[in-house]
Amino acid sequence: MKAATARQGGGRRDGCAWQPRPGRRPRPSAAAPRGPPGTVPPGAAVERGPLRHGSPWRRRGAAAMAEQEGNGEDGAVAEIEKKIIEAFEVFDHECNKTVDVREIGSIVRSLGCFPTEAELHELLAKVEEEEEPTGYVHLEKFLPVMTKVLLDRSYRPIPEDVLLHAFEALDENKCGYLTKDELVKHMTEEGEPFTEEEMEEMLSNGLDPETNTVHYRDYISMMIVEEPEDLPQ
Amino acid sequence: MVRSSSEQSCFCFCSLAFKAAVLIQRWYRRYVARLEMRRRCTWRIFQSIEYACEQDQIKLHNFFSYLMDHFTPSSSKERDFISRMFISGESFKEAELEKYCDYESMEVPDSYTGPHLSFPLLPDHATALLEAFKQKQQLHARYVLNLLHETRKHLKQLPNISHVSTCYSEEVTVCGDLHGQLDDLFLIFYKNGLPSPSKSYVFNGDFVDRGKQSLEILIILFTFLLIYPKEVHLNRGNHEDHMVNLRYGFAKEVMQKYKVHGKKILKMIQNVFCWLPLATLIDQKVLVIHGGISDTTDLDMLEKIQRNKFISVLRGKKRKESNRNVEIQEVNGEKNAEADPAGNEALPSLPLQPRPAQAPSMANRLEFSRWVRQTVQEQIEWCRRLVDISESEDEEPTYSSMVSLTDLDAPCWTRQEEWKQILDILWSDPMPQEGCRENTVRGGGCYFGPDVTAKILEKYNLQFLIRSHECKQEGYEFCHNRKVLTIFSASNYYEIGSNRGAYVKLGPDLVPHFVQYQANKAAHTLTMTQRISRVEESAFRALREKLFAHTSALISAFKAYDKDNTGRITLSNWATAVESVLHLGLPWRMLRPQLVRTTEDGMLEYKSWLDDLAMEQRSQERIQSSLLEVIYRNRSNLETIFRIIDRDHSGLISFEEFHQTWKLFSSHMNIELTDDGINDLVRSIDFNKDGNIDFNEFLEAFRLVKQTQACLQLQNRERESRDL
Repeated sequence: MKAATARQGGGRRDGCAWQPRPGRRPRPSAAAPRGPPGTVPPGAAVERGPLRHGSPWRRRGAAAMAEQEGNGEDGAVAEIEKKIIEAFEVFDHECNKTVDVREIGSIVRSLGCFPTEAELHELLAKVEEEEEPTGYVHLEKFLPVMTKVLLDRSYRPIPEDVLLHAFEALDENKCGYLTKDELVKHMTEEGEPFTEEEMEEMLSNGLDPETNTVHYRDYISMMIVEEPEDLPQ
Repeated sequence: MVRSSSEQSCFCFCSLAFKAAVLIQRWYRRYVARLEMRRRCTWRIFQSIEYACEQDQIKLHNFFSYLMDHFTPSSSKERDFISRMFISGESFKEAELEKYCDYESMEVPDSYTGPHLSFPLLPDHATALLEAFKQKQQLHARYVLNLLHETRKHLKQLPNISHVSTCYSEEVTVCGDLHGQLDDLFLIFYKNGLPSPSKSYVFNGDFVDRGKQSLEILIILFTFLLIYPKEVHLNRGNHEDHMVNLRYGFAKEVMQKYKVHGKKILKMIQNVFCWLPLATLIDQKVLVIHGGISDTTDLDMLEKIQRNKFISVLRGKKRKESNRNVEIQEVNGEKNAEADPAGNEALPSLPLQPRPAQAPSMANRLEFSRWVRQTVQEQIEWCRRLVDISESEDEEPTYSSMVSLTDLDAPCWTRQEEWKQILDILWSDPMPQEGCRENTVRGGGCYFGPDVTAKILEKYNLQFLIRSHECKQEGYEFCHNRKVLTIFSASNYYEIGSNRGAYVKLGPDLVPHFVQYQANKAAHTLTMTQRISRVEESAFRALREKLFAHTSALISAFKAYDKDNTGRITLSNWATAVESVLHLGLPWRMLRPQLVRTTEDGMLEYKSWLDDLAMEQRSQERIQSSLLEVIYRNRSNLETIFRIIDRDHSGLISFEEFHQTWKLFSSHMNIELTDDGINDLVRSIDFNKDGNIDFNEFLEAFRLVKQTQACLQLQNRERESRDL
């Protein structure tokens, strides 16, 4: 039973043509403090339990330590499940096997999947409570759905060269870079538009402040993250 | 609908651009999610290691306690020494303290260019100090001691619970843990202004340890405390405790900065700490304590306790009775010599005499002797108190509960109860679940739930609690339905970029306003990716050290999964094994890519992996030295330590005795030393190679440790300057 806690998340930023469902909670940026002193940044208003709590953490370890079944198929599934549980628990602040629905995207993606927002919402529909959406997702529901996702290898990663082509497609003049304005326009008006925060973060990483451009080839190589090899091949 | 060709190509482009955009966004969101996961894992690593370390403190206590249980002192002098070693430091009567820490005879040489203090202090002194510390100057020991004396005099008049009102100065600023990070204090003063008649401050404990400028922070806080006694309020934190200081760096800092007078300064500080108030009440509505509360928290009791009796809150743990093998004669003979003239037979009939528990049957000799010992002990202590009622700092707490006799009309609280009140206030943490349970992670205090909070608030008609004690990413965090506020003022606590610091301001409306900051300019110029990578690197370094420290336990755990002795295990088993050894509750499968670089078809060669870890840690000697370091701290009593290890009292330590003691040590200190390592250590100490260690060899070994230490310190300093 989840203890009722008042959640005070920050507001969603609307204004995109395509409306996502309960969207990303604006994460408190780790960059320089914004806003006038004295204001409450969105993240801080959210109630959170302690990240660690003696026994539940060890209980988690214990869950992960559950004996592995034989080899072959069973072994692979058990291993996948353990991975999913681990990822889930990282976001389970209250140690009660539920996570905020807004974190599901992070969990799914950090398990190696590259879903579109639309695909993510389809998935959410399967794991959320049917009657009343409580804003939480329970591990019980999440685990089988996610296991299937990983076994079916849905939402496969995007190879580096495909990503490069995508940038090149936006680069009309084929000059090897996008101006800030171009990038902002494409990212916030097309596809599955970025929120303001997402846009800012992307720019902070990739924008060359002197020329106000993003050299996408360099940007891609800087940002490519190694894939976990132990996903089933 | 027919489109013109230009429209068509435009349409094609748009559709292509659309698809491209989706692709990029898809990829980018995945990237950010991964970053978020890494950030959380990193945070978890730091926290789990930090709290696991705090357990070591308790383990060390238990270790010495165990030693004491197995060591039969041959004289009362030795018995005293043992208690004092356990308590780590001699406690003085007040007059003795003044004499020992006398500063008036200290000369301040003309060559001294730092600030000069004269008492009573003036605001100019404070500004001079701030400026001096910014210039990295050091305050002369004489002034430090003088300041500490005056601070103590002032603190003694203060009640256990300070009261602040927002009608005098319009706003009160509450700051959390500073942990020796002077830059953060400077930043707070810069942003918020210095303490003054119109600017009240409450500093909520943990001023010292971990950071490198704990002493400067203390000096500044005490100075302002004396200049503006009505406006500046200090609460005691769990790190205002000399036992904790020994471990977490403050004691070391003082000894390094003040080579001649360091000991005196530490002695005075130890005394000052126990006079710090325990809590602050703002407008009777907001309770400010360092750690938290428990379901037994009683503000009335807290107000009446003699807080200075609790020099270190880490004492007072119940000794393990199990292995004790005590002889009744020893106790009686021993204690009678020290008992007061009234003797333990003539028990005066005062109402508060401790009642002996029901005597167990004589059949169980061990039980009986234990009971006798305890009862006799209690009676003797009680008698001592009768004779020595005037309270002073030389009180040595015993391990059995005692009746507080200083105020015969006062309610009859036991020493244990009082101690628990303070422990809970200084060490507890909030939890989301209801109820109240033991804080096993820290080893002291409780976890308290929202129901406990609600009860306390109702009982004392309070609006909310402010506490510190836990590092928060944003510098502050609410919980328990906004009834508990955690405020943490040490930014970049784990590593540059790990977290912000914050302070909170309250006006008469008691609505909190927060100011956040990060005291390192470098952090601002880093991108989020870079910041996370940097913090992550630091976390993994710490984690690898811990893994290395458990090498032999890990090997055994891996071997259990490698029955055919192939030297390889699956990555899945690796994760399970590691958790079973370290017990950190970390998501090992998530962390694996950072810890295990090379694998072959999903299998890991664990021996070479551990070898790689070892190479990273560079020197085995480092582990050995830190082991010896702990004993080395007590080197002034080497002879007794020698005797502790020499169980059969032969005057020689056999390899076996050495081995046993060291194994015990390493299990308590969570430091790994293989059997080979121990043997090497023993052999290296046995200079004349006669198979035993005599006392001279023992002394010589410590002299060598001192040399190695100096060497390592040099290495560390070099490393630090490189990292900067």
